[in-house]
Amino acid sequence: MATAPKIDVGTDYKEKYGFFVPEEYIFKAKRGLNPEIVKEISWMKQEPEWMTKMRLRSLEIFRKKPMPTWGADLSVIDFENIFYYLKASDKQSKTWEELPPDIKATYDRLGVPEAERKFLAGVSAQYESEVVYHSLQEELTKKGVIFTDTDSALRDHPDLFKEYFGTVIPPADNKFSALNTAVWSGGSFIYVPKGVRVDIPLQAYFRINAENMGQFERTLIICDEGSFVHYIEGCTAPIYTTDSLHSAVVEIIVKKDARCRYTTIQNWSTNVFNLVTKRAVAYADATMEWVDGNLGSQITMKYPSVYLMEPGAKGDVLSVAFAGKGQHQDAGGKMIHVAPNTTSTITSKSISKGGGRTSYRGHIKMYPGANNSKSFVKCDALLLDDESRSDTYPYNDVDAENVTLGHEATVSKVSDEQLFYLMSRGITRNEAETMIVNGFIEPFTKELPLEYAVELNRLIQLEMEGSVG
Amino acid sequence: MADFEIRDLKASVEGRQILKGVTLGINKGEVHAVMGPNGSGKSTLSHTLMGHPGYTVDGGEVTFKGKNVLELEPDERARLGMFLALQYPVVVPGISMTNFLRTALNAKRGYDGKDKSKQISPKEFRSMLKTELEVLHMDDSFLPRYINDGFSGGEKKRAEILQMAMLKPEIAILDETDSGLDIDSIKFVAEAVNRMRGPELGVLIITHYTRILEFIKPDFVHVLVDGKFVLDGGPEIADRLEKTGYSEWVKEEDSPKEVA
Ligand SMILES: Nc1ncnc2c1ncn2[C@@H]1O[C@H](COP(=O)(O)OP(=O)(O)OP(=O)(O)O)[C@@H](O)[C@H]1O
Ligand SMILES: [Mg+2]
Repeated sequence: MATAPKIDVGTDYKEKYGFFVPEEYIFKAKRGLNPEIVKEISWMKQEPEWMTKMRLRSLEIFRKKPMPTWGADLSVIDFENIFYYLKASDKQSKTWEELPPDIKATYDRLGVPEAERKFLAGVSAQYESEVVYHSLQEELTKKGVIFTDTDSALRDHPDLFKEYFGTVIPPADNKFSALNTAVWSGGSFIYVPKGVRVDIPLQAYFRINAENMGQFERTLIICDEGSFVHYIEGCTAPIYTTDSLHSAVVEIIVKKDARCRYTTIQNWSTNVFNLVTKRAVAYADATMEWVDGNLGSQITMKYPSVYLMEPGAKGDVLSVAFAGKGQHQDAGGKMIHVAPNTTSTITSKSISKGGGRTSYRGHIKMYPGANNSKSFVKCDALLLDDESRSDTYPYNDVDAENVTLGHEATVSKVSDEQLFYLMSRGITRNEAETMIVNGFIEPFTKELPLEYAVELNRLIQLEMEGSVG
Repeated sequence: MADFEIRDLKASVEGRQILKGVTLGINKGEVHAVMGPNGSGKSTLSHTLMGHPGYTVDGGEVTFKGKNVLELEPDERARLGMFLALQYPVVVPGISMTNFLRTALNAKRGYDGKDKSKQISPKEFRSMLKTELEVLHMDDSFLPRYINDGFSGGEKKRAEILQMAMLKPEIAILDETDSGLDIDSIKFVAEAVNRMRGPELGVLIITHYTRILEFIKPDFVHVLVDGKFVLDGGPEIADRLEKTGYSEWVKEEDSPKEVA
């Protein structure tokens, strides 16, 4: 056991940067997972007792639950060989020189600024964009919006936090949500009051430090009645980490007439297992939109879902997955229609290259009483060569009456006619293929803020050149 | 030897020989018209010249600027100065016409993503585009649209000529660009082609109708029947065909009659 931490909150630091950083404490990072570690994490963070208990309970659940075997092969994960909590300073021990050359090259090609790439590569613990962040915070505070990291939220908004935390995704939901609840750290917390519209997208990017982009981040968003928020997580540049497991949980509550959009672009280095549980509940006439892009990682399993709880609720998932050599992207979405007159769409686009594998896995459930509901699923897969693979696993469960359920799936290759046409204008084969791929995911890209769209297109270009690991 | 020389070209599609020895020389500054019944191999000729992967060359040679064209990839042929306006332009979703035109133009200028000095400046690009759009009587509302997506038949054809005008080829093959165009559009297209006509451009116009040839006067007319030229001559041939059709070369039962 560690001795009592000496914590210097540094109030002006907090004011200036907007998040809490204990300046000095004693914690010895250890591998492995046991109740002692979990207690230590909770105690380090000075959490209330209920959270410590919840963590411990979740650890029990995690241990009891078997490994899911229906999706990607997860048998190689060694849970005892993972650091479940690291201080920022421990994470920074890497140097720029130690980085794999392909990651460095990608930063170069993408033109990622120096300070940012150091952060992304785990060389520095913080990305300094506090100027933007600071003025944004002022504006948000005026409107009563809370936008902070999840650890701070537990401390600063305990009642609000306790009311919603773990209600959308209880620890027992699945093995990895249990793991996350036991060891979570960082993530974002957003509360948007009744009737408030947040016009600019909130980006974790503005206020990330190493804590936020940890392995087990936990995000909680509450959109009160009639409010709107767009949250953007991640960035297109590859995030280099030697941690092999990333297991986040994202919970969202969208109340009556509110709308929430959650955009993710994830590009972990290709050693990472990315196992994420994302779920939202949408109430009367509320809209939840998941825009989800997965490029990196070795294995991703992610199926953003929406529980449509009251009449008029609407859920959308728009996702893109790119699987290169040695990668398996198992992604999709779930729509659970509980109330009548609810609607949902899932649009999934996947690209496989160099032997990469993509799977679409979806579940549409319509409970008895969810009458007059509609759901439409469309998945398109693009295979760039003969070694690559794509599968779809759609599950439909309909117990309601008078419902409309549509499903469309296509698997295609880059068309010779299109390729010839572009090439006949002088465009090289590689560039033409890249254009066709970017065109294929355009329905996704056009939903992104411009700077993300541009970066995503360039990243696809790099992937197509095969210069990205 | 002509600037662009096709000698005894033989090509097949799906194992069936379509071109049975085509010989034709095109000099820059000349306009050649190719006419011929449906299925005689005109589009096969145009695709084979541009290097479409579905067409297999069984023999013959094509030389341009001292290069063996048949060994080059389609993009290399284009950068060498060749252009093909397709009979059926292809839809490519998700890519705007502007993006397409800019990328093609930059490729033509030798920009490979590295040497930025070879890129066309946004200003130059816009002004070039504006001029060519005016000549073709096209408005710029279709520029943000995806390549040929939802374009009417005539719009597609005009968009082909817009690409030609932007890329400024030295050898242009127009495969039935006039088919599906209304009378005004034929005039606009002809005007655009005539503007480009000059000592630096050789043109091969594939057509079924004499109307376009009234606007773009050919120097030579060739008649392709069953994969071979059966007649070469001046513009007067076109008028003769207009009256008599291809009956003298084609047996009645296997000639799909042209519906004018
Ligand atoms: N991709 C293909 N697959 C099978 N057959 C083909 C293909 N392309 C062309 N052909 C055949 O080759 C022959 C010549 O076709 P081509 O398109 O060259 O004719 P064309 O002279 O251009 O006719 P049109 O005046 O109708 O455009 C036809 O019999 C056609 O069916
Ligand atoms: Mg034809």
